[in-house]
Amino acid sequence: MIGLPPSLGRVIGLSGGALDQLMPMHLWIDADGVIVQAGPTLAKMAGRRDLAGQPLFETIELRRPARIATMGALAKLVGQRLGLALVAAPNLPLRGALAVLPGGAGMILDISLGLSFARAVAGFGLTLNDFSPCDQTVELLYLHEANASTMALSRHLTQRLEAARAMAEAEALTDPLTGLANRRAMDAEIARALADPGDAFGLIQIDLDLFKQINDSLGHAAGDAVLARVGHVLRHQLRLGDMAARVGGDEFTALIRDCTDPAELSRIAARLIEAIEAPVIHHGQVCRISASIGIALVNSYPDRPTPEQLTADADAALYAAKRAGRGRYALHSERPVARGTDAPSPRPRRRADDAPPQGFRRRQTDQLPRPD
Amino acid sequence: MHGMVNRALQGFLTATYGQHVWTQVRRQAGLPFDDFEAMLEYPDAMMPACVQSAAAVLHKQPNAVLEDLGTWLVTDPDLEPLRRLMRFSGTSFIDFLHALEDLGDRGRLVLPQLDLPQITLERAEGARFRVCARWVVPGIGPILMGCLRAMADDYGALALLSLGGIAQDGTECVDIQLLDAAFSEGRSFDLARAGA
Repeated sequence: MIGLPPSLGRVIGLSGGALDQLMPMHLWIDADGVIVQAGPTLAKMAGRRDLAGQPLFETIELRRPARIATMGALAKLVGQRLGLALVAAPNLPLRGALAVLPGGAGMILDISLGLSFARAVAGFGLTLNDFSPCDQTVELLYLHEANASTMALSRHLTQRLEAARAMAEAEALTDPLTGLANRRAMDAEIARALADPGDAFGLIQIDLDLFKQINDSLGHAAGDAVLARVGHVLRHQLRLGDMAARVGGDEFTALIRDCTDPAELSRIAARLIEAIEAPVIHHGQVCRISASIGIALVNSYPDRPTPEQLTADADAALYAAKRAGRGRYALHSERPVARGTDAPSPRPRRRADDAPPQGFRRRQTDQLPRPD
Repeated sequence: MHGMVNRALQGFLTATYGQHVWTQVRRQAGLPFDDFEAMLEYPDAMMPACVQSAAAVLHKQPNAVLEDLGTWLVTDPDLEPLRRLMRFSGTSFIDFLHALEDLGDRGRLVLPQLDLPQITLERAEGARFRVCARWVVPGIGPILMGCLRAMADDYGALALLSLGGIAQDGTECVDIQLLDAAFSEGRSFDLARAGA
């Protein structure tokens, strides 16, 4: 066995004052478990001027690695990480380390504040002078406070950004998924166009058919792909001056400018339905939808309609088209409905050129788009 | 530059002279926004531009604006947390002066991107000190002087401070003559935060 180098075997003597300075939270215990000397900070924490003469186990309670209360058991814990608390302050856990003094002079138990250091400093009324300059507890406290301040700043920033985002969203005029205008923008444009007496335009309300099935069976990503595709269709099928908007989950509106001809609007509607029915491939899955369309024409009114009236009439035409089956369009008409019949004023049709002026033309069932 | 520094300048101007002064300053400095955010980064040149504008708007020397900023950082009641963080550095003003050399590390401990000045302390004969600081932008000398004067007060020390000039490499110095380390009670510093 190799012996210790001479310097490590050497015993050094430290005055009590030196111990206080180096370890202001130490306890020096004699072989019988009575405190010989206590560091000034520890005495302050125990609430006594002098702990000398007090039995160790009436001053502290050892908790880890085991709850022990005899000197014999304590001697076996030399060099281990100890968990303990002052009897006077059982709610503030401390940590400690134990070393045996030579010549039967007892043991030194050095103590430091545990993770509850912030509470301990407040609870024991400790000051900078109570800590050894080598003890990082004060730096921990500094960090603790500094972090609280910077966290508060970060929180404020996040809140402000969130408020700004919400405001930007509220003021946004674009639907991010399709890149079309949103309802806000469309409402504003309809009101603006109606306020201009020279502006004769047509309003097209579009409601997707079978969209819910896509969403339910293939997932929201597929649904989003379909919506984006409809956005693409609207952007490319309409003229530059026209305006298209996504005004709801699967509802779209198009404003067709300089349009006084129902036949022209019907052709546009038919073209849109056909383009929307083109299958979309999403991750290898074929998504098929269709669309129902309701149309209202500003110059079909004897007086200029209000935006609400115009939109409601286009909606009514849309519902009539929907009731008649998928993939149809219908025009709102100011012409009176024949009395005594349930026939709605809109006349949903499949195609502009093949539809008779009254009644619905049924589609072949095999033409119906299916999600699968 | 860390927005914390810019935000401090804005806070100082707003709290001391009012929102209208800040509005004038930021317009004159050509800031493309209304307010600095404490947790964002800004180009270094914005801070000196704001100081120049503030000096013009307030009809003061730029150094006087900066010195007042330094004092405000320690004395404003709303910035009590900052004063507390400073007081963690030591038990006496002399302790505090020595700990100034750790200021950069202390700042980085909390905000790794915070570019606090690099400070060295020289002790001359008697109770004379020279604090020298280098920073990313000019003006740290007067800021430090205002701040140190307030900290001397805070510790209850009586000290004379003066600007010690700017070296070739941009280092700015503050000369301190400590007349009485325990001149008054100073302000209290309790390690435990009130309400913590």
